[in-house]
Amino acid sequence: MALLGDFTVRTVALGAALVGVVAGVLGTFALLREQSLLGDALSHAALPGVCIGFLLGGARQLEPILAGALASGALAALLVMLLTRATRVKTDAALGVALSLFFAVGTVLLTYVQRHEGAAQAGLDAFLFGQAAALVPRDLSVIGAVAAVVLTVVLLGWKELKVTTFDADFARSLGRPVVAIEFALTVLIAVAVVIGLQLVGVILMVALVIAPAAAARQWVTRLEGMVVLAALFGAASGVAGALASAAVRGLATGPVIVLAASGLVVIALLFAPQRGLLWHAARAQTQRRALRAHRVLVDLYRLGEAHRDPGYPSEQGMIDAYFGSSTAHVLRRLERRGLVARVAHMPEEGDHWVLTEGGRDQARELLAPFGARERRGPEEPRP
Amino acid sequence: MSELQAWLDQPSVTIVAIGALVGIAASLLGTFLVLRRESMLSDAISHSVLLGIVVAYLLTGTLDTPLHVIGAALAGLATVWLTDLLARSRRVKNDAAIGLVFPALFALAVLLINLYARDVHLDTDAVLLGEIAFAWLDVVNLGQLEVARSLLTMLVIALVNLAFVVFLYKELKLSTFDPQLAMAFGLRPVAIGYALLGLVSVSAVGAFDAVGAILFVAFVIVPPTAAYLLTDRLWWMLTIGCMIAIGASFAGYAFARAFDVSIGGAMASATGGFLLLALTFGKHGLIARGWRQRAPAAPPLPDFGAVSTGPAGGGGVSGHGVGGGAGQAVSGVPRAQVEAPSAASR
Repeated sequence: MALLGDFTVRTVALGAALVGVVAGVLGTFALLREQSLLGDALSHAALPGVCIGFLLGGARQLEPILAGALASGALAALLVMLLTRATRVKTDAALGVALSLFFAVGTVLLTYVQRHEGAAQAGLDAFLFGQAAALVPRDLSVIGAVAAVVLTVVLLGWKELKVTTFDADFARSLGRPVVAIEFALTVLIAVAVVIGLQLVGVILMVALVIAPAAAARQWVTRLEGMVVLAALFGAASGVAGALASAAVRGLATGPVIVLAASGLVVIALLFAPQRGLLWHAARAQTQRRALRAHRVLVDLYRLGEAHRDPGYPSEQGMIDAYFGSSTAHVLRRLERRGLVARVAHMPEEGDHWVLTEGGRDQARELLAPFGARERRGPEEPRP
Repeated sequence: MSELQAWLDQPSVTIVAIGALVGIAASLLGTFLVLRRESMLSDAISHSVLLGIVVAYLLTGTLDTPLHVIGAALAGLATVWLTDLLARSRRVKNDAAIGLVFPALFALAVLLINLYARDVHLDTDAVLLGEIAFAWLDVVNLGQLEVARSLLTMLVIALVNLAFVVFLYKELKLSTFDPQLAMAFGLRPVAIGYALLGLVSVSAVGAFDAVGAILFVAFVIVPPTAAYLLTDRLWWMLTIGCMIAIGASFAGYAFARAFDVSIGGAMASATGGFLLLALTFGKHGLIARGWRQRAPAAPPLPDFGAVSTGPAGGGGVSGHGVGGGAGQAVSGVPRAQVEAPSAASR
C-alpha cells in the first residue's frame, strides 16, 4: 500500500484501472457476440497506425499515435468484413489475414522508424508489450476522456446494444439499424484496445478484452451484472499489474495484467456457484453415489421378492459379480444409514447383506414411480 | 560443388531461400488449417511456443539443443489441448477459449524472460520479429558445404511437412472435408488433426529465428487464403500457396533492401500483395463476383405455368417473369467444391 503513495505509481494504477473498466465493459459485448478474436486482430492491427501516428506527430505525442492506431484498427475491421461478406473466406481466416498482414506492415514501419528517425523512437517498442512507467499525467487525462466518452455511449445506447447482442433478427424487425450498431460496437472495441496499448501492448491487449468478461460470465447471468463485474475485474487486473511491475524492477506491465486477469478466469471457472467446474464435479460425484446406492438397494429388494423372502441374505461376492465392480463401500455407506444390515449366513462364506425395514421402505419408494414390479410376476427373468 | 558453395555464400541467396522454405512449410499446413476453420490456432500456437522455448532454456541453460524444439512443440500442443478442454467444458465459446489460453501462456513466457533470462540472447523483440538478415552468418558444415543453420533447419522442416502432406494426402483430405466419414473409415481424424497442429508448432519454432512468431502466422494463413480465392481443387490450392510464398520472399527481400526495413516483415507484407491480387481478380474474387451478379440469367426454367394455362406466349407473361427470376437466383449462387465442413470439424 505504501506504493500507492508514489505519484507515478498512482498515475499508472489509475490509468490501468480506467483501461480495465473500458476493456471489461466492451469485452462483455465482444464475448457474448462471439467476436472475442476480433479484439486480437484489432490490437495487432494497431501497430502500423502507431508507427504512422509517430511519424506524423513527431516526438511521443499520444494523440496522433492513438488516432493512427484507431484508424488502422478500423481498416483491419473493414478488411475482415470485406473478406467475410463479399467472398467465401471464413471468419477465422479473415481475422488471421488482417492480424498478420497489419502486424507485418507494422513491423516494416517499426524498423523504418528505428533506422531512419534517430534515437527518439525508443518509446515505440513499449507499444509491443506495454510500458506503464512511461505513462504521464497528460496521457492519463487522454485515457480518462476517452473512457468517459466510451462509457457514455454504452449507457446511452444500452437498449440497442443489448437487443442487438442477444437477438439481432429481433432488433432488425424492430427497425433498429443493426449493421450500424454492430459497426459502432467494433469501433468501440477498437477504442478500448487503443487506449490500452500503452499499458498492455498490442500483443496481449486481447486478453484484457476477453478475460474479465469471461470471468464475469461465470458468476452472473444478467447482462447488467456481467458488465459491472467485468469492469471491476478489468480494473482489478489493471491495478494489480501496475503495482506488481512497480514493485519488481524489470517486470513488464502487460504480462502481469494479463496473468492477473487469467487468474480471475481460472478462479471463476473453478469456483463460480452455478457454472464452477468444482461444484459441477462435486454434484456429479454426489449423483453418481446416490445412483449406485439406489441400484444396490433396489436389486437387493428384487432379490428378496424373487425368493419370496423379504429378509433374503445376499452374498457380497454375488452382488459384486452382478455389478462388475466392488460394492463394499456402497454397502458400508448404506449400512451407516441403517438401510442394510450385515448378517453371518454361513460362516464359511463371505459377508451377507439383508435389507432392514427402512431399506425395504426406501426401495419400494424408489420403485413406485415405475410401478412395473407389482404387475410383473416375481418368477419372470430379469431382462 | 564449389559453384554451389559460391552461390550459397551470397547472403541474399540464403535469405531468400530461408524465406521461401518458411513460406512453403507454413502454407502447406496452412491450407488445411484454413479449410478446417482453425486458422487462429496457428496464431495461438506461434505465440505460446515461446513458453516452451523459455522453459527449455531455463532447464538446460542453452538455446541450441533439440530440447527447445521439443519443448516448443509440446507448448504448442498444450495450447491446442487446453483450448479444446476449455471449449468442451462449455463455459466459454471456442474463440474465447483461444483468446484466453495463448495470451496467458505468452504472458508467462515474457515474465519468465523478464525475471530469469534478461541477460541472454532471448530478446522478446527478436522472437516476435525475427532477424533473418543475419541468418547467413551462423553456418554449419555439411560435408564439403557450408550451409546456414537456419537454411538447413527450414529445409528439413519443409521436407517433413511435404512428406506429411504427400503421404497422408487422402487422410488429410477426408478428415478436413468430412470428419465423420473419415472416422467411419478408421482414418483417425482426431490424431491427424493433432499431428497437423504438432507440425505447425515445430515449423513455428524453426521459423522463429528466421521471421519471428507473428510473421510466421502471415505465411500460414495468407497464401492459402489467396489460393482459396483462386481455385476449387485441393492440390492446386496447395501448389498456389507455395508459389505465392516463394514469390513473396523474393518480392519482400527486394523491398526490404530498397527501403532498409525488416526483411521478415517485408516478406510477410508481400503475401498481402498477392492476396489483394487474388481478392480482386481471382475466380472467387470481387470482379468475378460483380460479373456473376450482373451476368444474364442462365436459360430460364421451363415455364410450366404458361404450358398449363394456355398456348405459350399467350397469357403466360407473369409466368415468364417468374421463370426468369428463378433462373437468375440459381446462377447467382456459386457452387464451390472447396467448402469447409460444418463447424464440428474437430
